[in-house]
Amino acid sequence: MNFKHKYVFLFPGLFVLIGILIFPIIFVVRLSLSGWNSYNGLNFIGLENYVRLFTDDPRFWQSFFRLSFLSVTTVILQYVIGFALAHMVWKDIKFQRFFRVLFLIPMMTTPVIMTVIWRTFFHESLGPVNDILSNFGMSPKWLTDPTLAKITVIIVEVWQWTPFMFLLLLAGLLSLPKEPFLAAAIDGASPIRKFIYVTFPLMAPISIGAIIIRLIEASKIMDTVYVLTSGGPGTSTETSSFYIFIKGLREFQMGYAASMSFTYLIIMIISLTFIAKGLTKLLLKD
Amino acid sequence: MGKLYKFLKYSFITIWTVFVVAPFLWALTTSFKDFNSVNGGATYIPWVDFEPKLEGWKVLIKSPANGGVDIIEPYFNSLFVTCTASLISIVLGTLSAYALSRFTFKAGFVKNNDITFFFISQRIMPPIVLSIPFFLFLGAINLLDSLIGLIVVYIVLLMPIAVWIMVDFFNKVPREIDETALIDGCNPYQAFFKVVLPNSVPGLIVAGMFCIIFGWIDFFFAFILTFTEVQLLPVKIVALNSSITPWWSLSASALVSVAPLIIVAFIVERYLSKGNLSGAIK
Repeated sequence: MNFKHKYVFLFPGLFVLIGILIFPIIFVVRLSLSGWNSYNGLNFIGLENYVRLFTDDPRFWQSFFRLSFLSVTTVILQYVIGFALAHMVWKDIKFQRFFRVLFLIPMMTTPVIMTVIWRTFFHESLGPVNDILSNFGMSPKWLTDPTLAKITVIIVEVWQWTPFMFLLLLAGLLSLPKEPFLAAAIDGASPIRKFIYVTFPLMAPISIGAIIIRLIEASKIMDTVYVLTSGGPGTSTETSSFYIFIKGLREFQMGYAASMSFTYLIIMIISLTFIAKGLTKLLLKD
Repeated sequence: MGKLYKFLKYSFITIWTVFVVAPFLWALTTSFKDFNSVNGGATYIPWVDFEPKLEGWKVLIKSPANGGVDIIEPYFNSLFVTCTASLISIVLGTLSAYALSRFTFKAGFVKNNDITFFFISQRIMPPIVLSIPFFLFLGAINLLDSLIGLIVVYIVLLMPIAVWIMVDFFNKVPREIDETALIDGCNPYQAFFKVVLPNSVPGLIVAGMFCIIFGWIDFFFAFILTFTEVQLLPVKIVALNSSITPWWSLSASALVSVAPLIIVAFIVERYLSKGNLSGAIK
């Protein structure tokens, strides 16, 4: 089947997307080569911003490693918990629909709004968490201790986005063919062996897809940090996006922020490609 | 094995259920508190621990002139922007997805998969990368702080999702369906609208729900690209979180903002059980 009509189907969407994006993307590149301030507009300064970024800005790289740590940790946790939950409500459970809907709900809530609630939840003197812990003589500083603040961010992210992992993995489980399971049942395989030798290998491609999608989304983490800790205490929860946001839209160093954005985008694309390749090799041995 | 596994399974499900529900319950109790009961320390049970007040809820519908926060207008703004952007994304995304699923494109080294990847790769772009040029771009064409400006930006966020889900969905719809229609004398457009589309309703619904979710929960672009003229719900609610945080109205408004999406959760679950989402995620 091949018509010239095919362009009529493809082009509206493609051109709308390109039309909206082309200017901003060219502009980011142009801006990243410029000094920018509100007095004299754009002035071309070559690669100066990039030189500064690579030689004189440890804070950017620290925020980048922090982001990598946070997103990898949260995605691993989400994958393990999401897979466990999906496997548990897959079949043979009472109130199946109820649990499935309930486990989906957190991803339907606006992250910033729920983060505001979480902030009151983890409040040092007025929140319920510390109220309960105080019975055991503990009062952890969830939001103002550098290590605990990271853990709090991870908890909130896991709460928010495990449902997405759960959704993708459950959809995958429901689409699996029945025959391999029948064969395993006939062989009298134990549930654990069934999981290791049948379910998990069958789920590998779906797992890779789900992990990559979540890594992409997790690397954008910004709302949660902004509301929960504002990057603090100090810079202990500051992620790349948040740092770029501060430089660009708080301190109005637009040119420098653009060069960071561009560098960040390139690093993300390269590292995600590598992660995707690595995971495929790891999980799809055959 | 059987008993231990069952015990672990139900314990895990119980713990997770408590974890999922906890912030909602906390928000629910907090929304009925007032200044004194919030600042007296954490309390949980109305009438026993504290005297419930409706202040938190009343403030939401009062006009700002009377000391309220008026979330009604932002609420409808959010609904309008989300639904319009989702609709446009679904229409354009579905057409493109159909083309990518059924026809072969070739322009130099660019093939079908590359075009599909181009669509989907827009999700990789961190919002922060686009926010600065969008800020200046919308400013230049006078669409900063307007509903149309936001819709334009949200289309970029949502169309990749629509294309991603629909390409896989169309790949699962048997080609024979359109081929039969063509042999029966339909032109490609009739074949698409009269035969393929009616068979794709589940895919369209799932794609639509995903668009609505990701449109509704966005905060970042609304936060950067609007100021006073147009406010969306998340921005309005987060703005409450200023010097003296009114925990009660914050909690009430959070619950109100979550409510419509609960319906979406039910719809997603329904179509999930029918196995219609399965193709979409590979």
